[in-house]
Order: sequence, then C-alpha cells, then structure tokens
Amino acid sequence: MQNAITLRRRRELITAGVLVALLIVLPLPFHDPYTRNLMILTLLYAALAQSWNILGGTCGQISLGHSLYFGVGAYVSTLLFVWHGVPPWFGMLAAAAVAGLLALLVGWPCFRLSGHYYAIATVVVQEIAYLLFLNWDDIGGASGVYVPFHGQSWLNLQFRTAKLPYFYVMLGFFALTWIAAWWIEGSRWGFSWRAVKDDVIAARSLGVRVFPSKMAAAAISGGLTGIGGAIFAQFVGYIDPDSILSGPLSILIALPAVLGGVGTLWGPLLGAAVLIPLRELSSTFLGSSGSGVDLMLYGALIMVVALWRPQGLVSLFQRGRNGSAS
Amino acid sequence: MLRVDHLNASYRGLHALHDVSLEVAQGEIVAVVGANGAGKTRLLKSISGLVTTEGSITLDGSELRRLKPHLIARAGVGLVPEGRRLFPRLSVEDNLRLGAYAIRGPERFKPLELVFELFPRLQERLGQRAETLSGGEQQMLAIGRALMSQPRLLMLDEPSQGIMPKLVDDIFRAITRIRALGMTVLLVEQRLVEALEIADRAYVLQTGRIVMSGPAADIAANGAVRQAYLGL
Amino acid sequence: MQVALSGLLMGLIYALVAAGLSLIFGLMDVVNFAHGELMMVAMYAAFTLWQVSGLDPMIMLPLVALLMFGIGMAVYRLLIARALAVRFNKGMVQIFVTFGLAIFIRGAAQMVFGGEFRAVTGTALADRSWHLGGIFLPLPQLAAGFVCLLAFGGLYLIGRTEFGHALEATREDRDAVALIGIDRDRIFSLGWGLGAATLGVAGVMLAGFYYVSPNVGANFALIAYVTVALGGFGSLMGALVAGLLIGEVEAVTAQLLEPSLKQVGMFAIYLAVLMFRPRGLFGKI
Repeated sequence: MQNAITLRRRRELITAGVLVALLIVLPLPFHDPYTRNLMILTLLYAALAQSWNILGGTCGQISLGHSLYFGVGAYVSTLLFVWHGVPPWFGMLAAAAVAGLLALLVGWPCFRLSGHYYAIATVVVQEIAYLLFLNWDDIGGASGVYVPFHGQSWLNLQFRTAKLPYFYVMLGFFALTWIAAWWIEGSRWGFSWRAVKDDVIAARSLGVRVFPSKMAAAAISGGLTGIGGAIFAQFVGYIDPDSILSGPLSILIALPAVLGGVGTLWGPLLGAAVLIPLRELSSTFLGSSGSGVDLMLYGALIMVVALWRPQGLVSLFQRGRNGSAS
Repeated sequence: MLRVDHLNASYRGLHALHDVSLEVAQGEIVAVVGANGAGKTRLLKSISGLVTTEGSITLDGSELRRLKPHLIARAGVGLVPEGRRLFPRLSVEDNLRLGAYAIRGPERFKPLELVFELFPRLQERLGQRAETLSGGEQQMLAIGRALMSQPRLLMLDEPSQGIMPKLVDDIFRAITRIRALGMTVLLVEQRLVEALEIADRAYVLQTGRIVMSGPAADIAANGAVRQAYLGL
Repeated sequence: MQVALSGLLMGLIYALVAAGLSLIFGLMDVVNFAHGELMMVAMYAAFTLWQVSGLDPMIMLPLVALLMFGIGMAVYRLLIARALAVRFNKGMVQIFVTFGLAIFIRGAAQMVFGGEFRAVTGTALADRSWHLGGIFLPLPQLAAGFVCLLAFGGLYLIGRTEFGHALEATREDRDAVALIGIDRDRIFSLGWGLGAATLGVAGVMLAGFYYVSPNVGANFALIAYVTVALGGFGSLMGALVAGLLIGEVEAVTAQLLEPSLKQVGMFAIYLAVLMFRPRGLFGKI
C-alpha cells in the first residue's frame, strides 16, 4: 500500500519534470508577444490557483478573497523597489512573508467561522483592504504605482520588450507552487488538512489540531500568492487596487482550481490552460466592442464545466481512479 | 395490499437487503423483527423510496419503486421514520397540519379527531414547539403527523425506541386501535414480545435476509427463533 | 437626524435585498452569488417597462415581481437543481455555478443595454422631496422604504401560511417532508421564485432613484452578503435588523470619514459582530 503511494508520487514528480521540460521549449516557436503574454498569464493563474488550492482544495477552506494576498504582495515588493531600490527577488521574499503573516492575521478571526460564513468573511476582508488601499494616498491611492524602469536586468526583473524571461520566471513560480503542493500532499500536514476538509469532528478525534492546521495552510497559501503578486507587478510595471486587489481577481485565482479539479495536483494547471486562453481570446476578439458576449461565454463556460465535471476537468484523464473525489 | 418482491439494496457497497419478499394484506398488522443492523430500517426506507433498490414494490398492484418519495407518500404509504424526524421549530399544531399538506378537500383535517383521541396529550401541547416535547410525546406526534396524511398503509420504524415503558404501552395500544379503524400496519421492531403480541403475522430479518415468517403467535412461541435470530 | 433617516431608508432596501438571499440560503443551504445580478435584471426590467410605456415603474411593480418570480424558478430548475444533484464538491459547484450565472447575466445586460449608466427620470415622485423641520427626505427613497416595509410584512405573512410552514419544514428536514407528501423540489423552486420576487420589489424601488448599469448588482450583492451573514442566514428578522444597522453605519461612516470609505464602517461592524456571534445576530445553529 505504502509502496503504491510512493510509486504514484514518484510518477507524478517525473511527469512534472517532463512537463516543465516541455514548457521550457513551448514558447520558443511563438514569437509574437500576444501568444507569449497569454502563456505567461496562463502560468500565473495556474500557479495562483495552485496556491489557492492548498487552502481551498486540500484544507477545504473556500477563500474568496485571495486577491488580498496577491495585491499586498505586489505592493510590498513594488514599494520596496520604488522607495529603496530593493531588487524584486528580495521583494518577493518580503512579499511572501507579509502575505503569509497577513493570512495568519485574517485566519485568526475568520477560521472560527464555518462554511459560507467563512467564504463571505474572506470577501469582506479583501473588500476592506481594497477600499483602504484605494484611499491610502501615501502608496498611490486609486491612481496606483508605476514601477520605474531601471534598465534591462535579471536582478531587477525588468526587460524592455522581451516576454521570454517573464515566461521562465512564471514557470519557476508555477514549479515552486506545484512542488509545494506535491510535498504537502505526501506530508503529515497533507493528511491532517485533508482530514479537516472531510470532517472536522472526525479529524479532531484523530488528534488533528484543526485550528493550527487551517492557519498553516492559510500562511503557505497566502505567502505563495504574495510571491505571485510581486512577480506580476514587475511584469506589468503598474499596479493599482482595481487590477490587483479586486473581488473579480479573487474569483479568477480560485476558478482554475475549481474547474480543473479541487484539491488535485494537476487541476489548477489544466483549469488555467482552458480558462485563461478562452477568457483572454474572447475578450480580445469579442469584448473589444463592449458587447458583453465575452462575459456571457466566460460565465457559461464556468456553469457548464462546474455542472458537467463537478470533480474537475482532471477527471477526464483519470480512468478507474477516483482522484480527488470527496 | 403491499407486495415486496425480490428486493435487493446495498448501502456503501455492502449488501443491506438480500432478496427480500414479503406481503401485507389489507387490515393486517405485520411485524418485521430482527436484531440491530438486520436491515429493518433499510426495508422501510426502500418502500418509501428514500433509497434506491432493485426488485419490485407494489401497492394494490401499482409499482412504487421508481416513484419519488413524495409521490409514494401521496399514494397512501405513511412512514413514521427512525428518529421521528419532526420539524423541531414548528409547533405541534403546525407539524400535524403539515401532515395533511398534500391532502385537498373539506375533510383534510379530519384525522385530527383520531389523533387527539389516541394521544390526548398532544392536544394539551398544541402551541409548543416540537423540540420541547419529551421523547414519548415526540413519537406520538410523529405517528399523528403520519396519520394526518391519511395513509392506507402505515409503517412504523421502531416506535418504542428511547421511550418510557409506560408510554410504550400507550403507543402499542394506539397501533392496535389504528388497525381497528381499518388501516394496515407494517411495524418494524426490536422489541420482540410486544411487537408479536399485537401483530397478526411476522417476518424475521437477519443480516438482510428473511429467515422465517408466519403467524406472529407461532414465531413468538418458537424458542429457537428467539435464541438463534434475535439473541434473546 | 438627516443622516439617521437617510441611513434608515437605504437600510430598508438593503434589508429586503438580503431577505431574498437569506430565504434561499436558509431553505437549501445555497448561497446565490448571482443575487446582485438578479436585482440588476429587475432594475433593467423596471427601466425598460418605463421606457416603453412611460408609466411610473412603481405601477409596474407587480409585473416585475411576477417576472422575477418566474426567473427565480427557472434559475432553480435549470441550474440549481442540477448543482444540488452533483456528487462531488457540492459546496464549490454551488458557489461557482451561481458565479458563472452572475457573469453571464452581466454580459447579457451589457449586450442588450450597453455599458452606460441609465436612470428612470421624470416620474411623479422624481426630484420631489418632503421637508420636515429642516430634514429633507427625497420622495422616491421614502416610497422605497415604505414599500420595502410592506414587502417585509408580506414575507412575514407568507411565513405564517401553510406554504410558509412547508418552507420552514423543508428547511429543517429536507428528507422528512417527502414522507408527508411534500414535493421538496417544488418547494425549493417556489422558494427561489419568492426570493427573486423580493429582489424584483427591491429592484423596482431602487430604480426610482438609483442609476442602472450592468455592474450595479455587484455592490448591492456584497452588502447583501454582509447583511445576511450579520443577521444570520435564514432569519427574516435578522435580515431586517442587520439591513437597518448596515444602512445606519454606512450613513454615519460616510458622514464622519470620506464618502468613498463609507463601506469600511459596515464591514468592520460585521467582522466585529461575527467575532462574538459566528452565526450572526439571529442565526440559528
């Protein structure tokens, strides 16, 4: 039994290695910035959803306010860069630390709530942060922050027009979140968190400390999301509360995981690979006229996938195995 | 009246009922007895359509098996379920009135008289919330609520469970009276003696199979049954 | 006083919007994340009827409420019933199906009506107000508050009917109701109809003094979630009290701090209350 699990986990690690190798060469034939941009965003949301999945999927706490950690991470790293010239690589660490701490701070009160009460509380906390940032003039308020260009360099993660470096940074970020999720799945924590997700009372009777489990999951999930924010800020060069700390973004962070397969290792990537290109392409080709067709398509996609494959698109690739069924 | 043929049901992969066949004739009290976990509750739930099964269940010749639970209830099968399943925040009166929800016409609340005759205590508690009643009173209310839907077949799942001995007698008396008024009763019980005392016929269920059936008196008299199947 | 009264009037609208949400949640444990969008549909319906007929939207109120009743039932039958039937990840499917619906409706509104803000103008009540010893009360708001109170009265009365009891019974034990011949599916879909119809009332009244746009629902929905969680899911009384409280807090915060921060106050109150009562003021366990 133990052996079968170890084997499966090793196989998954190998699959991931092969996939990363494929992804390294994937953007090379495509030279137009639009396609590369699309790939970068897909990887970004795959990684964010993977981070979300640690709390939402593994531990079962449906956070609908994850853009809080994304936004705060972006602000931390950007402001360190703008004010003190701190390279974003260090900024990322600071972003992860601050976002992780913030997740603990949010979790402290919110994890006393259960089910829908918890989900709504996370929305509200994120909305409060949004309003505060919008009115906080020292950090740009509603007009946001421009990231000044300090010349092309890997140290500062700034490149004049090249997209490829960002692609590899995002790939690295995705690999980081995947490894984190993979490692958690096999660890004691993973077992405890899944127990919390399935049945809090049963978990308690098994000796799982429920509250600390949720807090640990939240800190890791929030911290990883914060790193994503830091990278994104360097990538787009401009941040404001509407683009990085908003309600719709919170949903977009969770959606790939939900559509791909909640609590699974491959769900977030698969979900993002379907959702993000579709969303971007439809908004490019259908949304420019403001006709709303892109939104209708996007909404319909969510409804159809959620109803048609409640266990996630990942289940299409699983034969005979129940995967994340819970 | 009720006819169950070759019923099979499984629960979480386990075979809960195995090829169960039984029959209840108009005006009878039929008891199904057996130890805990023998499948008694599952049998009643199958008849009420609450769980999926294979086989055939007919009421006066018409197939019930594929009907939704509320349609089976409307067809005249009442169930007093395990754990009573009252609506705890509604008053006794509202619980009773809801029993007649699917009944239309001027006589829809007519069984109320019978309910009060059988269980005068309910009349004193009409305004109270169901959750404030004692265990015995809750059982009375559950039976009353089922009677309000004017069933032709009344099924009771362990009506004596968790009730003071004195009230147990009241409830068994009520069941006899209900039959005397022309209703048919299918009773599932762990209490062998009392159940067989009021029943006409009985089936003994053991780990999902019917292992014996016959007149209640015969089964009550059969010492081997009591020892082998009921652990008494 | 002025602040308190206008907070009260807005609070009544919030309360009614929340009541519809609370009803549906209480009944079947489903949070409708398309709630704001359904209200937006009601507002557009009021707007369109006014544009076509020239009659005051308030006259159209029964019509819009009826329309919304039908839409609510349709949403239940087409989406929610299916979402309830899934075998995996039930909770998440419910959340995200209604999210998908919200986005879909927003897109549809954009397609039909365009993105710009629209408003009902030139009605009998518009731009008129009632002066009372230095207090200034715009009539459309006053009428809206009054109608919302009436709607609450209506919901309370429905709760006392046999249908209301059936709703409550279904809420308490959704399996046991079948045993007495109640069709749970039907109760659920009527519950959705009723929830949407209350939104119809709120939407029409709101359209009397508030602009309409495809995004108008989002803000009201967020307030509705806060109101419902504050009052306790499933509690009519909770929705009313929490709605009024939130209207007041919003008005006072807007007065004391910047208007753009007016929602921070209500969100803070909400979080503070939940710390002590995790299931809201009137929440049932």
